[in-house]
Amino acid sequence: MKYIEPHAHMVSRTTDDYQAMALAGCEVICEPAFWAGFDRTSAQGFYDYYRQLTDYEPKRAAKFGIDHYCWLCINPKEAEDAGFAREVMAIIPEFIDQANVLGIGEIGLNKNTVSELKIFEEHVDLAKKHDLPILIHTPHLEDKLKGTRLIIDALNNANVDPGRVIIDHVEEHTAGLVLDSGFWAGMTLYPESKCSLPRAVDILENFGMENIWMNSACDWGVSDPLAVAKCTIEMKKRAYSKDTIQKVIYDNPVKFLSQSKHFNL
Amino acid sequence: MPSKQDILDLYFMDARHKLIDIAAFLDRVDRHEGNPDFRYDGFHHALEAMLKPGDVPRAQAVLESLSDHTTEPIPKATIQGAFGAVNPSP
Repeated sequence: MKYIEPHAHMVSRTTDDYQAMALAGCEVICEPAFWAGFDRTSAQGFYDYYRQLTDYEPKRAAKFGIDHYCWLCINPKEAEDAGFAREVMAIIPEFIDQANVLGIGEIGLNKNTVSELKIFEEHVDLAKKHDLPILIHTPHLEDKLKGTRLIIDALNNANVDPGRVIIDHVEEHTAGLVLDSGFWAGMTLYPESKCSLPRAVDILENFGMENIWMNSACDWGVSDPLAVAKCTIEMKKRAYSKDTIQKVIYDNPVKFLSQSKHFNL
Repeated sequence: MPSKQDILDLYFMDARHKLIDIAAFLDRVDRHEGNPDFRYDGFHHALEAMLKPGDVPRAQAVLESLSDHTTEPIPKATIQGAFGAVNPSP
């Protein structure tokens, strides 16, 4: 069954993963800029990372018949040093017009600090200046609820069109906050944290099929690049129609991503 | 849509397995030496939230029980990760 993987960190994955995803029906992968598992020591490190996301990774994906897009930013885990973060953000405009760049992301908060919030707001300004959609990372575990509230407040203060923002990694306690405020919501399917496959389908049942997508967010940690494909089996177990499943794993991502001028199926 | 019976057929064994794992985890902590940190109390509070969720669904009640409910950004991060439960005296 064809699907879109709207959040995957393929720089951390192998060609075997690309092949498995292609065999499972994946047609498009979107890769937000993120933390590499360690803090980079210079802005130049990010320059090379953006080159990888905009030049090398699309070519790697193409070998498996998959279209590759990306989002650019400095992630919140490396935004605690605001001076460093601004040095990195100054590089981003150089890459914004690359053919596979969708927008700004995954920005957001990690530990809900003053500095993270300031850099988040500056990223939002950057997106508004260049008329780009936004993909947002919400914090982990005990920090998620507070971070989601701070993010929504900041977006409302910035007068951002909520229909052009997806707030990712929602769970049962944040999905309603996000959707009720008019933003899109992303569910991340992880083996050990965030959403299990049954819980993701529960969230769909409780909050509906509109303005929501699911992703694997596969990276260098414990994660499953086939999680979206596996969740289609979970939906089939609960007797959802093929049309409904396709809406969640393909039509919804297409609808949101089509707001980026570079997204072209 | 599946009935309650269908949901039990689909998920009971998995939920039973996880429930026993939770009980065994608590026994394991109790059996070993030393004092548990804030996560132990946080876990017990979350179990209570599951059993008495009030007017929200159980999963939401558990997640909210394990969440930081302060509203102001903190001055500075001291760690990059998260523990899964709120430390009352960080």
